[in-house]
Amino acid sequence: MSRLNVFTKSKAQAVVEGLYKDLENRIVASPPGLCPVDISSSFLKLCHAQTCGKCVPCRVGLSQLQNLIEDVLDGNATLDTIDLIERTARVIAETADCAIGYEAANMVLKGLQGFRDDYEEHVKTGRCLCHLEQPVPCVAMCPAGVDVPGYIALIHEERYGDAVALIRKDNPFPTACALVCEHPCEARCRRNMVDSSINIRGLKRYAVDNCGEVPVPECMESTGKKIAIIGGGPSGLSAAYYLQLMGHQTTVFEQRKHLGGMLHYGIPNYRLPKERLDEDLNAILSTGVKVEQEVSIGKGEGQIPFEKLREEYDAVYIAIGAHTDKKLGIDGEDAVGVVSAVDLLRRVGDNDMPDFTGKKVVVVGGGNVAMDVTRSAIRLGAEKVSVLYRRRKADMTALEEEIEGAIAEGADILELHAPKAIEKNDKGEVVAIWADPKIIGYMDSNGRPRPSDSGREAVRIPCDIVIVAIGQDIVSADFDSAGIPVTRNMICADSASEVPNMPGVFAGGDCVTGPSTVIRAIANGKVAAANIDNYLGFNHIIKVDVKVPDPRIADRPSCGRVTMAERDSNERKKDFEMVELGISCKEAKQESSRCLRCDHFGYGIFKGGRVDQW
Amino acid sequence: MVNIKINNEPLEVLEGTTILEACKQAHYPVPSLCYLKGINDIGACRVCSVEVVGVDRLVTSCNNVVSEGMEILTNSAKVREARRTNVELILSQHNCNCPTCTRNGNCTLQTIAYQLGLNTETYKKEVTYAPWSSKFPLVRDASKCIKCMRCVQVCDKVQDIHIWDIAKTGSRTTVDVSYNRKIKDSECVLCGQCITHCPVGALSARNDKTKVFAFDAPISTHKKVSVVQVAPSVRTSWGEAFGVSREVATPKRLAAALRRMGFDYVFDTNYGADLTIMEEGSEFLERLKHKDDYKYPMFTSCCPGWVRFLKSQYPDMVDDLSTAKSPQQMQGAIIKTYFAKKMNIDPNDIFSVSIMPCVAKKAECDIPSINDSGAGKDVDVVLTTREMVAQIRSLGIDIASLPEEEFDSPLGPGTGAGVIFGATGGVMEAALRSCYYLATGMTPDPDAFYEVRGLDGWKEASFDVAGITVRTAVTSGLANARKLVRALRRGEVEYDFVEVMACPGGCVGGGGQVIHDGKELAGERGEHLYHLDKNTKIRFSHENPEVVATYKEFLGEPLSHLAHELLHTDHRAWDLPHAYIPDTDV
Repeated sequence: MSRLNVFTKSKAQAVVEGLYKDLENRIVASPPGLCPVDISSSFLKLCHAQTCGKCVPCRVGLSQLQNLIEDVLDGNATLDTIDLIERTARVIAETADCAIGYEAANMVLKGLQGFRDDYEEHVKTGRCLCHLEQPVPCVAMCPAGVDVPGYIALIHEERYGDAVALIRKDNPFPTACALVCEHPCEARCRRNMVDSSINIRGLKRYAVDNCGEVPVPECMESTGKKIAIIGGGPSGLSAAYYLQLMGHQTTVFEQRKHLGGMLHYGIPNYRLPKERLDEDLNAILSTGVKVEQEVSIGKGEGQIPFEKLREEYDAVYIAIGAHTDKKLGIDGEDAVGVVSAVDLLRRVGDNDMPDFTGKKVVVVGGGNVAMDVTRSAIRLGAEKVSVLYRRRKADMTALEEEIEGAIAEGADILELHAPKAIEKNDKGEVVAIWADPKIIGYMDSNGRPRPSDSGREAVRIPCDIVIVAIGQDIVSADFDSAGIPVTRNMICADSASEVPNMPGVFAGGDCVTGPSTVIRAIANGKVAAANIDNYLGFNHIIKVDVKVPDPRIADRPSCGRVTMAERDSNERKKDFEMVELGISCKEAKQESSRCLRCDHFGYGIFKGGRVDQW
Repeated sequence: MVNIKINNEPLEVLEGTTILEACKQAHYPVPSLCYLKGINDIGACRVCSVEVVGVDRLVTSCNNVVSEGMEILTNSAKVREARRTNVELILSQHNCNCPTCTRNGNCTLQTIAYQLGLNTETYKKEVTYAPWSSKFPLVRDASKCIKCMRCVQVCDKVQDIHIWDIAKTGSRTTVDVSYNRKIKDSECVLCGQCITHCPVGALSARNDKTKVFAFDAPISTHKKVSVVQVAPSVRTSWGEAFGVSREVATPKRLAAALRRMGFDYVFDTNYGADLTIMEEGSEFLERLKHKDDYKYPMFTSCCPGWVRFLKSQYPDMVDDLSTAKSPQQMQGAIIKTYFAKKMNIDPNDIFSVSIMPCVAKKAECDIPSINDSGAGKDVDVVLTTREMVAQIRSLGIDIASLPEEEFDSPLGPGTGAGVIFGATGGVMEAALRSCYYLATGMTPDPDAFYEVRGLDGWKEASFDVAGITVRTAVTSGLANARKLVRALRRGEVEYDFVEVMACPGGCVGGGGQVIHDGKELAGERGEHLYHLDKNTKIRFSHENPEVVATYKEFLGEPLSHLAHELLHTDHRAWDLPHAYIPDTDV
């Protein structure tokens, strides 16, 4: 026996560690709609296998908790059982010696708080509250419910036009989404169980790059109904598109020069070139949408009163977005050189490019908009761009690829610094921003760590421009005064997009949800279109005449995920041309063959495989 | 055409053929359990898995089609192992008390286990039991369910009622009544299609045989006069259970068999069917005089599954049902009144049984407001074709050697018009034959209304009756019925008279009929009814001498006060749970 040994992994240990990874992937790919009580019981079994067995609460308690939860699941429990589960879990959480025990019990306690009614339903009826739904993960995760396996199968058969037609059944912005969607569809992709998720957005990009012009379906017979849509962004235009197809006449009232909302004024060209956005806009407008540009709603001069729209139109959809900035609320914010992200991006959108040549720029914020202005500032010639963020880089809400893109183009990330004051010269111009160093602290109620006082002194960061990108707000005062319910500047509407107590008035998109993603706004427009149609006394069905290919009989061996390349960072930062490069035909073919066709295999072929129409 | 190889033998099959079908054509049949053509191709049991050369994982043959050059192995070591293991797994959760199962000898799982020669239990037995109301005419035995999902699919796709659904999740996933309800609280119409499409004994109709045949039951004690009536469609299927052709298993041998089972009087429900035509036909002619007063057509009311459907799904249309009772209930009412009087029997001393192809009839005879004879229930017990067959089997009756005997009179003989009641379109045709006569005084060609025959789910035909165009429609299967009702509500179609049968093909495809897994026999059974009609001397209900006598001696005339009292019913006088999700179409 040697005194010390170099640790080497046994074969069993190596395999188990591989299995841990498999399990992680499997949890990532958990389909929505599973019974939370059953899942709790299964988690507990795993937790229990981790126990060392020394302490009573963990060794015995976790096992008894399993027995009790199994009783609930088997219909052998009473409501008292639930109380006993709670008491047992509480004691384990309070007395287990290490985290293996107390965190396992905490999971049970969280469940009792989060879905006690599920526990009770099992006791009372012997059944689940959730009636089993195993929808196709990508379709269920997409707010608009786009038929992802359908269009991937079409792409595999090189039927790109059909793929775009199928996407448009649920989303009239296939090109914009191919370029900028946050792709929630990929999050729970079952392919994670095999290797990693399908590059769905990459495939969609391949389809829109290669489909040519795809005509929109014919509009149904005219109903003679008129609908006013306030706001020409993704939500308003999606509603307009479907309502036109249903035979109604929509008029979109747009405050600015260009249609597209944040797609035009929020997302710079290097991510979404305007001519690509026009592909979607032209298709939508080809359905006969009427547009009135540069008009706004309100009582002021040149404005249209909301009441007038209500009188003249059979229904109104409010989708004004969130187009104003939030203020920092610190000294010196009025200095010349302090700009809001919204204003900067709007100027960029209108091709009114400011010149930042030789300037030092500080961007405040950590979201996608902060990255957009950072990368725009670099392209506008700034000498140095620093991103000031009060939490850590890892806590930023921006997509990781956006942060990495900005860093590659030369941005500095100054994490754990909270802006304190802006210093100006005697001309009132920005000369520096002062920031308090922070340390990362305890979690807030959403599970994000709070920045807290570091005890160190404020630092001075010399700069010429400060861009504030800490969130957007909604300009809803004119609607508030027209009697529309508004809370914290957000317009109130229910899940059917109906504004309470205002028949015929609907609202959706960022102005209802607060700043959110494009696909969420599109989904809201779709919901509003369906419910406006019903409100007007119709039930027009939106469907598409595209037959999705049957799945191929083939094995699906493990295979890496194809990723999209980007232009060289030194080149791309000099212009506003597209950064991301599409995938090749060969890559599209391979990537589309990785799709596991959850619309067919497993539960898909039985129930919940495909929603053909809505 | 596609060229493939099955077990190394070349074969040419049509493009789009499933591997399962191709293997059958190649005489290498592959066993399958959950598959039900056109209804359930979800590949749940995995028993039909085969090997496709070049593909590592096995492939289900039921829901994959052949492609050019495909090489299929149906009996490779991999396939044999998989088939055997999956059947063993199914058996580990199946209550294998086969001798006492209603499907003993007619169970697909039993057959496959036998074919595979399984003779040990490999896995730990894990059978789940769940309580079920013993009173409800439809019975689910959770311990036998193999979760093939056929019942869910039949209820969803064929009947469009959605009573069954998946319940629970994970390892506890099973089938149960949708929306966490108990069956009695659901709008189940009791069509029984889930029973006849269940591959095992998980679903069955309530067993009422002991009420009739037990040691202390009336047929044994002779304390009461036992009377039986047998529905038209029963005669088409009863012989199937014994492997006897329809030429041998004749209605007259059926009468003989029922007598040997101990019934004192054996009647043919064809009589009740003819009576129904007189009442319903007369009601229709009355209504036709004021046709503009009605938004919707008159619907037939002889199918209790359909009546339950309309009551629960479209309660606002119940008044458009004919008020005429079904043949079973008309005959039941007449047995305990006219017949009792004529034979000088106290109606309270009559025990009245009916043999029906139907599960809903078991509920129909229990509707309080449908009983008008004043002597208890007009029909005391309803047995399905399957229950009757089981009793014949238990008595060891050799039906081929039975003599041909007549039904008892009165209320015995029926007409060709009565006999076709058992097939979709039959009620409409029988009604039109007599309506024509009642309206014009002239007898039409009995085959003049042939257009309403056949298995199409939705048939339309217009006929001229005394100068009025009568627009008719006939539908069977409730998904078809819902389509028709929706079209009526949307104003897309207009009819004067509509026949609806809940079961596809009509009573010949009824939920109480003899089960042949994987076969839909409504078509050939229905054709047999038309064959019987063709060879019947009297083919018009109004010419049935016993019906004529019943009116002359007892009822007076169709729609008379007494006829109304005994032969018509108020469909609103009883309650049924409404659809859990009401149809919002229109």
